[in-house]
Amino acid sequence: MLLTLTTTGTPERPATDLGHLLHKHPDRPQATPLASGTAHVVYPEATPERCTAALLLEVDPVALVRGARGGEGFALHQHVNDRPYAASSLLAVAIASVFRTALAGRCTSRPALAAAALPLQVRLPVLPCRGGPDGGAELVRRLFAPLGWDVDARELPLDEEVPSWGASPYVDLRLRGTVRLADALSHLYVLLPVLDDAKHYWVGAEEVEKLLRVGSGWLETHPERELISHRYLARQRSLASEALDLLGGGDDPDALGEAAVLRAAEEAAAAVARPSLAAQRRAVVVELLRQAGARRVADLGCGEGALVAELLADPAFTRIVAADVSSRALAGAERRLRLDRMPQRQRERLALLQTSLTYRDDRLAGLDAAVLVEVVEHVEPSRLPALQRSVFAFTAPRTVVVTTPNAEHNVRFPSLPAGRFRHPDHRFEWTREEFRRWAADVAGQHGYGVRFAGAGPDDPEVGPPTQIAVFTRDGGDAA
Amino acid sequence: MTGNTTPGTTPGTVDLDVPELSLVALVGVTGSGKTTFARTRFGPAEVLSSDAFRALVSNDENDQSATADAFEVLFAVAAKRLARGLLTVVDATHVQPDARRKLVALAREHDVLPTAIVLDLPERVCAERNAARPDRQFGPGVLKRQRDQLRRGLRSLEKEGFRRVHVLRSQEEADAARIERTRLFTDRRDEHGPFDVVGDVHGCRAELEELLTRLGYVLRHDAEGRPVGAAHPEGRRAVLLGDLVDRGPDTPGVLRLVMGMAAEGSALVVPGNHDAKLVRALRGSRVQLTHGLAESLQQLEAEEEGFRTEVVAFLDSLVSHLVLDGGNLVVCHAGLPERYHNRSSRRVREFCLYGETTGETDEFGLPVRYPWAQDYRGAATVLYGHTPTPQPEWVNRTMCLDTGCVFGGSLTALRWPERELVDVAARAVHYEPVRPFPVAAAEPGAGPTPPAAVVRDPDVLHLSDVTGRRVVETRHHGRITVREENAAAALEVMSRYAVDPRWLLHLPPTMSPVATSARPGLLEHPEQAFDSYRADGVDAVLCEEKHMGSRAVALVCRDAATAASRFGAPDDALGAVWTRTGRSFFSPELTATFVERVRAAAERAGLFEELGAPWLLLDAELLPWNAKAQELLREQYAAVGAAATHALSAATGVLERAAARGLDVGDLLGRTASRAGNATAFREAYRRYCWPTDGLDGVRLAPFQVLAAGGATFAERPHTWHLGLADRLVDTDPGTFAGTRRLAVDVTDETSVAAGVRWWEELTAAGGEGMVVKPAANLVWGRKGLVQPGLKVRGPDYLRLVYGPDYAEPGNLERLRERNLGRKRSLASREYALGLEALERAAAGEPLWRVHECAFAVLALESEPVDPRL
Repeated sequence: MLLTLTTTGTPERPATDLGHLLHKHPDRPQATPLASGTAHVVYPEATPERCTAALLLEVDPVALVRGARGGEGFALHQHVNDRPYAASSLLAVAIASVFRTALAGRCTSRPALAAAALPLQVRLPVLPCRGGPDGGAELVRRLFAPLGWDVDARELPLDEEVPSWGASPYVDLRLRGTVRLADALSHLYVLLPVLDDAKHYWVGAEEVEKLLRVGSGWLETHPERELISHRYLARQRSLASEALDLLGGGDDPDALGEAAVLRAAEEAAAAVARPSLAAQRRAVVVELLRQAGARRVADLGCGEGALVAELLADPAFTRIVAADVSSRALAGAERRLRLDRMPQRQRERLALLQTSLTYRDDRLAGLDAAVLVEVVEHVEPSRLPALQRSVFAFTAPRTVVVTTPNAEHNVRFPSLPAGRFRHPDHRFEWTREEFRRWAADVAGQHGYGVRFAGAGPDDPEVGPPTQIAVFTRDGGDAA
Repeated sequence: MTGNTTPGTTPGTVDLDVPELSLVALVGVTGSGKTTFARTRFGPAEVLSSDAFRALVSNDENDQSATADAFEVLFAVAAKRLARGLLTVVDATHVQPDARRKLVALAREHDVLPTAIVLDLPERVCAERNAARPDRQFGPGVLKRQRDQLRRGLRSLEKEGFRRVHVLRSQEEADAARIERTRLFTDRRDEHGPFDVVGDVHGCRAELEELLTRLGYVLRHDAEGRPVGAAHPEGRRAVLLGDLVDRGPDTPGVLRLVMGMAAEGSALVVPGNHDAKLVRALRGSRVQLTHGLAESLQQLEAEEEGFRTEVVAFLDSLVSHLVLDGGNLVVCHAGLPERYHNRSSRRVREFCLYGETTGETDEFGLPVRYPWAQDYRGAATVLYGHTPTPQPEWVNRTMCLDTGCVFGGSLTALRWPERELVDVAARAVHYEPVRPFPVAAAEPGAGPTPPAAVVRDPDVLHLSDVTGRRVVETRHHGRITVREENAAAALEVMSRYAVDPRWLLHLPPTMSPVATSARPGLLEHPEQAFDSYRADGVDAVLCEEKHMGSRAVALVCRDAATAASRFGAPDDALGAVWTRTGRSFFSPELTATFVERVRAAAERAGLFEELGAPWLLLDAELLPWNAKAQELLREQYAAVGAAATHALSAATGVLERAAARGLDVGDLLGRTASRAGNATAFREAYRRYCWPTDGLDGVRLAPFQVLAAGGATFAERPHTWHLGLADRLVDTDPGTFAGTRRLAVDVTDETSVAAGVRWWEELTAAGGEGMVVKPAANLVWGRKGLVQPGLKVRGPDYLRLVYGPDYAEPGNLERLRERNLGRKRSLASREYALGLEALERAAAGEPLWRVHECAFAVLALESEPVDPRL
């Protein structure tokens, strides 16, 4: 991967002073060994008028893989990936170690120059920029332009020979501006990880202060400071585990799976805003369970346990079974619910277990109620009969609550393209009519009565975003 | 005393009979010699002593404060032993009724017989013994109190529930006593048959005669021409599953015949609920004369008093169920879960007679039966009757043979061990059922639809069939262990992505690459494959081109009837096509179209005909690869290619300018330029997979093995046979099928080996992935077990997609050569054996859970951490 820094000179200030500022002699190529490979600094041009320093990080792809731990996530993408080429967080690490003094704004031979804004050009020929809502190039502009850079970001095509594939997740970035060198480097140091990708990890408040120190002088006033903080901190976390890995190190017990992390981040973001749809849905479900007089309840497909936490808060629920097919999700729930420090009495109310709704699981017998919150739409239609049998014939609690998206409401989500599902793993999304038909069939087959409810704003035209069916076993009305 | 205390076979000894499986309570005051008695007559692990458990939990065997804890552990151990079917002796005083009650309850809970052996020795003897032991210094009151309690309880031991009670009153009696372990009445494992197992007769004498005759029995008649016995010239024996009586026209006739057969040893009989109720009625108990009992009594009224007495004695002698043929066959009237096999208790007898009901009743007021067979996971086959069913079918190694003869159905027998069904039609509707009895031969839609209680679903899979640490017994690789965490990972994949388990008869095993080549610039080369098979003693190998596709398994039924009867027709489809992880390749609509194409070609090529099978399971490669991996190509390969090309060309430019300034960047420039070339080669490699597909256009199947067809598997047919069948499919429909190029190589012949190497070089130079080398004979055993079923030899350009664009740079290749193939090899062997096991179980018509267990295990093993580049 490659970064070039170019400055132009004046008779009083030759461009080659860049060598002093960077603490790297323009005529002597230098190589610095780093954990990820070797960082080379060479100057393709060095005249008093114009001087360019190139930082070229030669990543060792074999070592990168060897350090990686086995087990979970030990997949092919660790072997064939863009890390040796794209300007990722590895480059940020290289900047910090090869240009350490320049990044700190120190220069013993040219102190005044280090404090002055210089005409600078920066080029990153392959800069990853995933996850911007308006495309990568736009995100790059939003991040760099407020810092005084003239931004030229050109999207690279995925493959020139297959134009139908469109743009790649990379831009060829050229920045031009009059900026202090230390600031330019600190912009890159913070923003490269931010642009690297969209893996979020939730971190504590003290980490935020640390970032504010690094970005001091510009980050406080940056219009995108929230996005920057969030993503930067996310990367820090994975950088830490990367470093550990490169040292042949251990297992980061706090590293959540990607899906779990995304969900956690979503919910964290949602918590700031109005009560999210998920929160409204949970409130409705808990209320329905209370009305049904249920005491022993199971959350089938509990995920990270958001609903379980609410059920635990109500002593009316004496037995709570949190079940999911994903052992990762259960591990996440275990952490999120802080099972290890839960008081004994609370702990005894709760059972976490891995189950699958397409198999019969006798451990789920003897419940008053079971809820399937946003679960059925993740099951192939052809496997639904097995789920129905398992829930309504074998588990057979008195009350079953099923929630699922109302497909009709999708038109009210401006960011959701027409015809698309709300989640890529959804196998279907039902209209109210379709859901009601399914629910009535199931109820008829298994001796249940069914009524319907909703969560979220009930739109007069398209109904609420979430539709809910409440099944009650015949002769099993709430006690 | 109920125990048989008989003079022993050795003079001066007395034999105490103890059922082989029982819970034995030693009863006696402290110092009565229980521990010595037990030690000399039972195995050390069979005896659980309260003293020993007190010591375990408290370090002191006399610490009375530890008694409650000690018994809690003792009972837990006893429960585990009884659940495993092991005789267990509890060595404690048991002088208090309460202590004995707990023991009886434990025995009942495990359906074993409680037995008591009482050491009622003179108080003086016990006192002397205690005095000799410094750790047993109780006051004199203790011994007396215990002895009083014992004396009081002695008379009521039987009432308390002990089925055998032996009392030894002196040291001499105790010394002379020997334990005689007796077989349970139900244990007839030494009877190996062959048998003809007959369902509910219900007084249908004429049909029974006809069935026995058809089975080859020769009937014997009395002077009045009534059949009174039968024998089979080949020594076969009939097994009658109970409910001989009631409802039908000739209950006495049936009894006469069956009793005669039983007496002469040509029939074994288990009782049914009707038989049991008839006995009670004949004995004068007040019972409701319903469900045909009145008819029986009326018919028996015409018989002599002596015959009725014989009937009572005969029906009374019947044992709840029988375990036959080395434990492989269990017969009883209403079915029996495995935990009750060879157990005896009132509960077991009740289950054998009546089955288990859910407590609900159906719309006809009849009890709804709990479908125990769905849950059955036992190794023994259970044959039973009791519930009229139009057509017998296997449900998890159980079969109900009651085909409703008396209701106008038929009388059915199953030949054991042949498992062939033989039936005769009822001569009339002898009795109108409360619930309409569905007649199997009725026109579809014409007859009454079977009520829900009769429709059975053999396909319920239990979570406990797949989760936890599992050991799968395979015929080709012994016991294969699946670790708990791997099963947990597989559960998610199986539940969320896989096709219906009824289709999923097989998942293909992973395949190992060849040993690493030492040739410059190469990681893999054919000579290692040839060397490897030569070392295994396999001379003839077949090289097959490695298709640029995805591994696929295709199941195709010849017609909808087969799909429905054999597979339950999930999704109303004729078949399915799935990936290595069990995921469907296509949407249901495209699957239907594709399966139909395969079916039509197989039909026209005569494959169903030739294999005599109504369904085929094909192992294949689905082309092109991007049918599955479009996203991977775009998101991963194209992106990496774009990043690599742009970054390296920019870097080369920078370095060239630096070099032009006279800077010494020689090495770095050379490396970077070479890597830029690698990036270009990488892009060329993935672009080969980018032929456009639209729906099914351009999608082709390259079959290379027939995994199974109907009841047969073909793992031992040579690969040329398999490919011959595949060629016929290709010839029939070249639009749907792709051929597999191949070359036979004799690894002992240098010329032949050289030709094999040349062939691989040509294939890979033309952009091919490489080849797979297989033993020509297919399934082959070597000195160390199963020989690897195939070794892949991948081409150098294809490997860029696996190891990254720069893998062949000298510095990288050297390190990559240290790859370790051991794990991958082992995994390939285990998965291969599991895959074969699944096929053989499926072909043998074994229950779904037995097949699913193997397929699931393959998926679970796939989550073992192995270098994914291999």
